[in-house]
Amino acid sequence: MNLSRPARVALWTALAAGLGVVYVPLLIVLLNSFNADRTFGWPPTGFTVRWWEAAWNSAGVREALWTSVQAGVGATAIALVLGTMVAFAIQRYAFFGRNTVSLLIVLPIALPGIVTGIALNNAFRTVLEPFGVGLGLFTVIVGHATFCVVTVYNNMLARLGRLGASVEEASADLGADTFTTFRLVTFPMVRSALLAGGLLSFALSFDEIIVTTFTAGAGVRTLPLWIFENLFRPNQAPVVNVVAAALIILSVVPIYLAQRLSGGGAGTR
Amino acid sequence: MDQGLDRDQGLIPAAGVPAPAAPAVSPPHGKEPTLNTTATAGRAPRRRLAAFLHRHAGVRLSLLLSAPMLWLGVAYLGALAALFVTAFWSTDTFTGDLVKEFTWANFQDLFTGEVYRTIALRSVGVAAAVTLIDLVIAFPMAFAMAKLASPRAQRWLVIAVLTPLWASYLVKAYAWRIMLSSDGVLGWGYGLTATVLTLSYLWLPYMILPIYAGLERLPGSLLEAAGDLGARGWRTFRTVVWPLTFPAAVAGSVFTFSLSLGDYIAVKIVGGKSQLIGNVVYDNIGAANNLPFAAAVATVPVMIMLVYLTAVRRTGALENL
Repeated sequence: MNLSRPARVALWTALAAGLGVVYVPLLIVLLNSFNADRTFGWPPTGFTVRWWEAAWNSAGVREALWTSVQAGVGATAIALVLGTMVAFAIQRYAFFGRNTVSLLIVLPIALPGIVTGIALNNAFRTVLEPFGVGLGLFTVIVGHATFCVVTVYNNMLARLGRLGASVEEASADLGADTFTTFRLVTFPMVRSALLAGGLLSFALSFDEIIVTTFTAGAGVRTLPLWIFENLFRPNQAPVVNVVAAALIILSVVPIYLAQRLSGGGAGTR
Repeated sequence: MDQGLDRDQGLIPAAGVPAPAAPAVSPPHGKEPTLNTTATAGRAPRRRLAAFLHRHAGVRLSLLLSAPMLWLGVAYLGALAALFVTAFWSTDTFTGDLVKEFTWANFQDLFTGEVYRTIALRSVGVAAAVTLIDLVIAFPMAFAMAKLASPRAQRWLVIAVLTPLWASYLVKAYAWRIMLSSDGVLGWGYGLTATVLTLSYLWLPYMILPIYAGLERLPGSLLEAAGDLGARGWRTFRTVVWPLTFPAAVAGSVFTFSLSLGDYIAVKIVGGKSQLIGNVVYDNIGAANNLPFAAAVATVPVMIMLVYLTAVRRTGALENL
């Protein structure tokens, strides 16, 4: 493309500056987790790994981490099943209300989180509590699954669109029944999209705080809830710093894996 | 007969499916009876079920949609509807119990209260500002990524943009708390400006990615053609690039706008004393224990988003989400 030299330079500068702004605050958090000072002050006064040890040994942090993992796995499992089903329905069939269904899938993330949060909170308390099911890990999983469906759905929809239906038709022509075709032909072709969608769902659930606030009962604390509770407690500041820093480092993992799994295709969503 | 059934129910292949190997009469349906009816007779139930499913596209579709529609259509929409109904109830001021009688009082309070109008307008203003800031920052970044970078660099740049997207929301908000605190790196202090800044930072990747995807789909030859026809950079942008990437930008704006509109946590972390709609909802559930009023307040962002979604549906933006 024939852009003038100044235009190119300006665009590259914008990209570099943008990435700079994206990374500097995260680096500050990383740096700050090694700050010897108990209270935050810029610049850091000295280097220490003491807070990392404290965070590692913190029972609250460990418990919250485990809760987050359970919630993430549960929500992802549900989202994988539901998201895949809808993606097949939308991609392979034309039916009345198809657009409405695709809008419905997007709705839980298109509406502000607080709305989804109180709607679910209200529903759980009026419908589930009479049956003795209080707010807890189960309701957190249900809440998370509701908005995780869309990530799986998006990944699957994109993959199915690229594949087309011809291979499945060929399989049917060769005498394979519906289930055999799915097991031997369709599933292997969509496996990596499923994994990528699942990873992103997990990351989404792991990070979610607003819906979690409203669906977790008194005893259930995910990692984001733990951070938020301790954010304003001055004596917990160093540990919060470490947990934040650890999360920044950990966030590289799902994105790296999803990138690998999507077979080098750029847009992972 | 099978095809007749399919056609009766309007179950033609979905429009989006590329159909190079699918002629007007779909082969499997045509062959099915001769190939499989004899083969399946008396076989295991699984085989019969497969044959049945194969022949009845309507049943297949219903099965595929059943669970997701029960979950999202009944449970989720049901919850939203119940919330909406609750907005017309009230709470007993003394006992704090729900009074399940229809009343407009919540909405009257909401619309006549000067405070709420200010907060609603402020929230929309913040959401619009965040969306605009993100658009202005994201477009050049996405353009450089999609059209100037080499394919190899492109992959790394996408990762570089995606990684902070999956860094925790709270960590990012917290990072800005550190940056902005009075003894922090920037030391600008907290408030509405800090909120806009933090929210723009939080949702920036949600704007970059759709625009990048949109630009990637835009053939380079189109830009060259525009150049050959004498258009300079700005004119090419205005007449070719922008109209074609507009739906992608709108898709990004759905996220930035909606996420900003409902946020109350970043506001608590860096907002100082300023409040947005989300805070009013939250405080009315927690401290004030007034679920009906919280529900009434929550309908405001929902209405705004529904209007927004309906308005942008025609641009095809929702397919870009």
